[in-house]
Amino acid sequence: MTDRQKNIPMDGRLQTEFAGIPFKNPVVLASGTCGFGRELNEYFDIERLGGLCSKGLLEHPHGGNEGIRIWETASGIMNSVGLENPGVDAFVEKELDWINSKDVVNIVNLGGHSLEGYLAGMEKLNQVDLDILELNISCPNVKSGGMNFGTETEVARSIVREIRRICRHKLVVKLSPNAQDIVSLAKMCEEEGADGVSLVNTFLAMAIDIKKKAPVFANTYAGLSGPAIKPIALRMVHQVSKALSIPVMGIGGITTWQDAVEFIMAGAKIVQIGTATFMKPDISMDIIDGLDGYLRENGCRNIEEIRGIV
Amino acid sequence: MAGLAKQEGEKAAPRGVGNMAKVISNQPLGEGFYLLRAEHQNNARAGQFYMLRAWEQYPVLSRPISVYDADQETLSFLYQVVGKGTALLAGLKPGDTITLDGAHGNGFPALPDSKKIALVGGGVGIAPLYLAAKTYQKENPLCTVDVYLGFREKPILVREFEAVSGRVAVNVGGFVTDEVDPLAYDALVSCGPTPMMKALYEKCVNVKADAPLYVSLENRMACGIGACLVCSCKTAGGNRKVCKDGPVFLGSEVFGID
Repeated sequence: MTDRQKNIPMDGRLQTEFAGIPFKNPVVLASGTCGFGRELNEYFDIERLGGLCSKGLLEHPHGGNEGIRIWETASGIMNSVGLENPGVDAFVEKELDWINSKDVVNIVNLGGHSLEGYLAGMEKLNQVDLDILELNISCPNVKSGGMNFGTETEVARSIVREIRRICRHKLVVKLSPNAQDIVSLAKMCEEEGADGVSLVNTFLAMAIDIKKKAPVFANTYAGLSGPAIKPIALRMVHQVSKALSIPVMGIGGITTWQDAVEFIMAGAKIVQIGTATFMKPDISMDIIDGLDGYLRENGCRNIEEIRGIV
Repeated sequence: MAGLAKQEGEKAAPRGVGNMAKVISNQPLGEGFYLLRAEHQNNARAGQFYMLRAWEQYPVLSRPISVYDADQETLSFLYQVVGKGTALLAGLKPGDTITLDGAHGNGFPALPDSKKIALVGGGVGIAPLYLAAKTYQKENPLCTVDVYLGFREKPILVREFEAVSGRVAVNVGGFVTDEVDPLAYDALVSCGPTPMMKALYEKCVNVKADAPLYVSLENRMACGIGACLVCSCKTAGGNRKVCKDGPVFLGSEVFGID
């Protein structure tokens, strides 16, 4: 493990351990907003990040959704990309070595259209090195699978159990805010042996084109993210963090370092930055610097001193 | 991470963001069109675009806008007010600051062997053709560049285009593609509404033109750098990213499929 900590900056105040994995800081880029890291590495050294979540992968390549894929709303965006991805094999062949060569925690996000699809993708990813497997049972933009596995606790249990049974990696389950009961869903993940949970994915949302008198999105509904969802995401992260003994990654509209402090005070071990990267590609760097400055100014020697204090 | 075997020759090369630029002018041209000029060192090529932002968090997304004109020290953008972002851009005054992140995209191809080039634009899609006309003329003084401009109501910037091309044909309210004879050219370059570019592609096919047609696509974008797959388009070679693989494609790649 120690060879992973080559670049511990800023006197190590931001060092975080998540399920036994050391992160140089708690800032991670969220799945679907950073590709596989190459494009953003042209803007900043991605080794400054704590970690990076890959674009959601399926066993096989997938072309994603038809029609409009993005729509702005007050303080947010709705997306309907629909898990366009190159498939696990192409990811392993073309992207994995590059990400593993970087001193950043490599979190690979896996989705599926069916239980068989999840398991087949998992079997393939069991053959390779990665740091954390983020199991996506929360994508709202696919007709089969995705969020449909992740809204009812007992339906989700079957897939988390099956994946846990075969997954040889650290396993984090990414939860949907559209769950019937997100606390019971999260508790189930702990019961089934997950190493952590990440929440929230996007909120199921809608826009109507009043000129065309039709939904904006070909799938009718799409996923809402960005500052608009932050207060609800924060509440959910707070509730889940209090209820679980496994660690939580907080996600949902985090745009400033102050937002990140809120999520950490609510109990998140790690914060994931998603939509905000679209405002400014290197916004995660501002968040890391701001977090460190906050700890320094408040006389904190380590971020643990503010974790879960609210 | 996971083992962390460094790949040889890897070196992060930050391209630098948060590029604050100073607005020199922001001139209304009528019909909601504006020409924004800003001080900004750049290597932009014709057909590339920048992500423009002149606000903090809202709207969430920056606006992808084509380069209209560029020299090493300044950049110009032609845009049309269609929503909140472009309305905010329209409010910029000389001396204001704006974030210009780019240049993005592949841009128009070099056409060193083309003696006659047609540039066909519609609406705000005429934007990247100005620098294209200048560039093609400059790179090959012997080539002739004809420009076809289509507008719904009032023509704009016609005199400017006349200064950088052999001939400018203007169509108002009709189909600018009617004016173009693909057989008269060695290459065609187009930017505008998708139906216009598609009609031009079909015309090229129908008259069996050998000349390649390049089209510059527009799509809604989020990141602008190839990371989010929001702007994917279908091509003969599978899904491609308009922001990174494009915005310029061969017409046959995007319109020559079912």
